[in-house]
Amino acid sequence: MKNQASVTINGKRVPLEGEKNLLALIRKSGVEMPTFCYHSELSVYGACRLCIVDIEGRGIDTSCSTPPRDGMVIKTHTPKLRKMRKTLIELLLANHETNCTSCDKTNACKLKDLAADLGVKEIPYKKTREHREPDLLSPSLLRYPDKCVLCGDCVRYCNEIQGVGAIDFAYRGEDVVVTPAFNKSLAHVDCINCGQCAAVCPTGAIVVKSETDKVWEALADESKTVVAQIAPAVRASLGEMFDMPASAVTLGKIMSALKYLGFSEVYDTSFGADLTVLEETNEYLERKRAGNRTTMFTSCCPAWVKYAEQFHPELLPQVSSCMSPQGMVGSLSKKLVAQTENKSEEDVIMVSIMPCTAKKFEAHREELSSDGVPLIDHVLTTQELGKMIREGGILFKDIAPAAADLPFGLYSEAGLGFGASSGVSEAVARYAARSLNNRDLLSFEPETNPEYPEWKEVIINDDNVKLKMAISSGLKNTEKLIQKINSGEVSYDIVEVMACPGGCIDGAGQPVSYESGKAEVRRKALKDAGKITPVHCPEENPYIQRIYEKMLGGKEGSPEAHELVHTSYQSRKRIADHTMELASSTQEAPVEINVCVGTSCFLRGSQEILSGMTSKIEQEDWKDRIDLKATFCSENCAHGPTVTVGEKKMTQTSLESVVKEVESQLGIKEPAGVKG
Amino acid sequence: MPAPSPTAEKLYNFSKVCEILDKHDRLPSKIIPILQEVQEEYRYLPEEILTFVATSLGISPARVFGIATFYSHFSLEPKGKYIIKVCDGTACHVKGSSGLIETIERELNLSEKVHTTPDLLFTLETVSCLGACGLAPAVVINDKVYGQVSKKQMKELIAEYRAKED
Repeated sequence: MKNQASVTINGKRVPLEGEKNLLALIRKSGVEMPTFCYHSELSVYGACRLCIVDIEGRGIDTSCSTPPRDGMVIKTHTPKLRKMRKTLIELLLANHETNCTSCDKTNACKLKDLAADLGVKEIPYKKTREHREPDLLSPSLLRYPDKCVLCGDCVRYCNEIQGVGAIDFAYRGEDVVVTPAFNKSLAHVDCINCGQCAAVCPTGAIVVKSETDKVWEALADESKTVVAQIAPAVRASLGEMFDMPASAVTLGKIMSALKYLGFSEVYDTSFGADLTVLEETNEYLERKRAGNRTTMFTSCCPAWVKYAEQFHPELLPQVSSCMSPQGMVGSLSKKLVAQTENKSEEDVIMVSIMPCTAKKFEAHREELSSDGVPLIDHVLTTQELGKMIREGGILFKDIAPAAADLPFGLYSEAGLGFGASSGVSEAVARYAARSLNNRDLLSFEPETNPEYPEWKEVIINDDNVKLKMAISSGLKNTEKLIQKINSGEVSYDIVEVMACPGGCIDGAGQPVSYESGKAEVRRKALKDAGKITPVHCPEENPYIQRIYEKMLGGKEGSPEAHELVHTSYQSRKRIADHTMELASSTQEAPVEINVCVGTSCFLRGSQEILSGMTSKIEQEDWKDRIDLKATFCSENCAHGPTVTVGEKKMTQTSLESVVKEVESQLGIKEPAGVKG
Repeated sequence: MPAPSPTAEKLYNFSKVCEILDKHDRLPSKIIPILQEVQEEYRYLPEEILTFVATSLGISPARVFGIATFYSHFSLEPKGKYIIKVCDGTACHVKGSSGLIETIERELNLSEKVHTTPDLLFTLETVSCLGACGLAPAVVINDKVYGQVSKKQMKELIAEYRAKED
């Protein structure tokens, strides 16, 4: 014991147990150390300088970027260090937009808390940064650059965990700002709306877009019937906002709070999850029967779906066509409530309560609307619901619990499991076993393959059920998995993808928490809630059966089910509005040619088509009759090169066929079998 | 030789970008020389070309934007056909370069925020030192150096370059 390596922190010896940096060691020793830019899951940045310590014989240095060494003697809160920290905060506040009382982050702002802790009374410095306009266009997230402390947490999260890189630092020196490419809005770039940037932001520089005002308005409108649905993960965390221990009883309180707020019916998204289990398993089995051996990807996570649409359009046919559980409950309940209340669907307002910011984007998807009426009208995050409960004067701690409304209020343990990573996979595997083997699986244990630590896998080989599944969360991990699947190095039947590490339970709409270990508490609360659910399997849920009979054509995968609870996807450009005009005509109705020069089409020779086409235009003097444009992805990467001539989309095409098509559309030649 | 049509020029530039990328083996670590060479071609860094460079290199467009805005050498706005660089190093400053800058701004209706004329003919830049202190105040228009330039000469130079376009 005596020989164990240790560091002396404020006079106390602390043994070294593999800590990567002094900061981790200091926190282990029970000393609170302020930081803005340090997150254990991200790379060390060392920018905020708040974690400075005095190292004997070495002077002052940041503890996050200093590896601990045996025999080090450090002090963490000397008068000099405290003064330096205070100065740092004063400098940050000098340029910070200090409208704290009206800031969305007011209850969880690290900057505000630290300023109070360090006794900052006045700001002796002048504001030097120019005002920058907020970005309010995204349906999920709002950016207020004037509140940014440039810690870079959001930038690193987006790059290192999600592999998207929608935001980054731009400009230099005093002009530095965190921004999407070309100062565009988050709504117009490759942001997947996972919201983790807002979750790690220590201030209010990136916050979740609130929809509470619209919901209050709908609740006050007597011509509307306002219904709610609540996602599995919400019940495991809402209590945190009211200093209540996470427990299985929170749900009952939420249901009764929603009734107090004026919702006519309160449903459970877990019902939609039950339905997803049946539809998705059936979809998988049908694909198998049709001889389709490609991997099927889950579709519950809207951030993942947008990621696939932007970065892997070639995979879209492999993404399950099931709507997310939110979409399913929205679709079915709007129809049913409108019928029973004899109202038009426009007058039934569906409000979802989600742990997720990407669900706000999902609700705006064109595919999730019927005849222009959205299936989901508003999405509230767990945080927003907490705020509404407070604003509505409801004493959450004292409120008596109530039950959800039928038919969409009853759900199974399996459906509830969707709230955490691996829940979807387990439910699908078990249901497949029950329907093919007439008995459940004995166990379902996702394991990490040491060769591929980025994801977990489950291999089931039980009579008629032979399934290889991968469970992935965090999109950088998922990208690695996709690369390995595409290269043929690994193969899976079903891949479950959740954008947020750990799944919905750690979604960005959950109450802000800087404590570690919170995720485990929530996970346990969700598991416990599952245990007290009387229905264990989705197919045993009597209301699922009833809805199948009444609305979904009596069986899984029916045309009615496809109409009501399945959806479709679209390939998306990463950056909006990017086409390069190479030739443009002056005529009123020219033939427009778009040549995709995205990476994948480029590799397949779109450049040759483009240059061939240009010389052809010059040669034939078609300049006045043709608009030639190069577009940047991503229309149909798997079948590139993609060229559209007028209305006609040509895939796997060549210069020759493009020229032929152009000639035919210009009415020059009429090739056999092609109509202009 | 007739001047190339705008279409041919655009396309030539675009295939040039592909050449530049290939020349650097599409290595993300070569982003700076790539952007320098792209800027040579276009005289600035057009958004859509930056996006194309980013996707080709497997870097996010936001990061490429960050790199392009960090260095003052890179320009995200189109520059004029003639780039007037006025040296404002110590020697030139003492010999009255600020007066030259004022003259140019007045003549071309430019300001501290607007560096390029709307017809994309001229861009005014100041440089810290051209290393031609003996010629102070020195002005470079594209690749041509003019020494001991007076305000009057400056006006004449602008008129001269304008006349080339008529």
